Amino acid sequence: MIDNYDNLDSMHLDLLREIGNIGAGNATTALSQLINKKIDMGIPVVSVLEFKELAEVVGGEENPIVGILFGIEGEINGMMMFVLEQAAAHNLVNILMNKELTDFNDFEEMDLSALKEIGNIITGAYLSSLSSLTSLKIVASVPYMAIDMAGAILSVPAIEFGKVGDRALLIQTDFGGQKENVFGYFILIPDMPSYGTILKSLGMG
Amino acid sequence: MNDKIKVGMADLKSCKKPEVLTTLGLGSCVGIILYDPVSKVSGLAHVMLPDSTQIRNNSNVAKFADTAVDKLIDDMVKLGANRSRLVSKIAGGAQMFSFDSANEMMRIGERNAKATKAKLAALGIRLLAEDTGKNYGRTIEFYSETGDLLVKTIGKEPKTI
Repeated sequence: MIDNYDNLDSMHLDLLREIGNIGAGNATTALSQLINKKIDMGIPVVSVLEFKELAEVVGGEENPIVGILFGIEGEINGMMMFVLEQAAAHNLVNILMNKELTDFNDFEEMDLSALKEIGNIITGAYLSSLSSLTSLKIVASVPYMAIDMAGAILSVPAIEFGKVGDRALLIQTDFGGQKENVFGYFILIPDMPSYGTILKSLGMG
Repeated sequence: MNDKIKVGMADLKSCKKPEVLTTLGLGSCVGIILYDPVSKVSGLAHVMLPDSTQIRNNSNVAKFADTAVDKLIDDMVKLGANRSRLVSKIAGGAQMFSFDSANEMMRIGERNAKATKAKLAALGIRLLAEDTGKNYGRTIEFYSETGDLLVKTIGKEPKTI
């Protein structure tokens, strides 16, 4: 029974890393098809972090980011967040909408919807591969988007972790196109019981 | 001037004048400033959750509005603050994502701010100013010398409360 992140051993972490790998692999493919550009994916990083370290992974508390958040329900519960650096978000929208914008204030409602929809499509790809891998039912909510300081955005999943412990577990995968600069991260945040469910479904419990 | 004293998420610190306390990127969390205007001993807590009694794992007192305020007062008294003179300012408690559901869990920012105010009221600590709610992140800096709280947000002019 896993009731604390400290109980996860290196085998567990490897398995969670592999989940990040497969999920993000599918998501990256979906994104690549969407914008018709080659996108590379980094090696997933699984880390157990203290709350005060959380924002460091996305460039510090005050770094402006775009966070697209999904609640996940079903046999796995928790949150999933798709994080884009501001410049990356600009580039994605520009590629999709054929614009050349460099400031969020210039974005129209339509552009922001497009960005949200990108999040929706690729997060869907991530979660559906996680679902097939584990044979667990996973349902994502509609996407919620916020553009703000990293610390402020990450406080939302952090608070969820805070209810059960003093640290947060991140399965983080970055991706990016060499030329296109569309770097971003996926952060999968299952709640505590869901770790057991995920690991059990893969034959480890 | 010396470097500012940085307070992380689920953390609290106190200081004497002329030091400056800061916490960066407050979202749904609440930054609680306590201040003794005479000795100028100041404290800042960055709390994540409203109520320690609702949570089983509650060993980190800085995480909760109720326990963080108690601990902060103790720390400040040790630095020379007078408990009966303490006043407060708070910021944060935003709702970062516009969830359409009225789910209590999703309105955590509002609950954090409310719980903080209730705790301060229960202890008879006057709330001098607040900048809470809305949907944006805040960086705050508290100047122990003057008692000013600077609130910075993206895309807006900084303000002092």
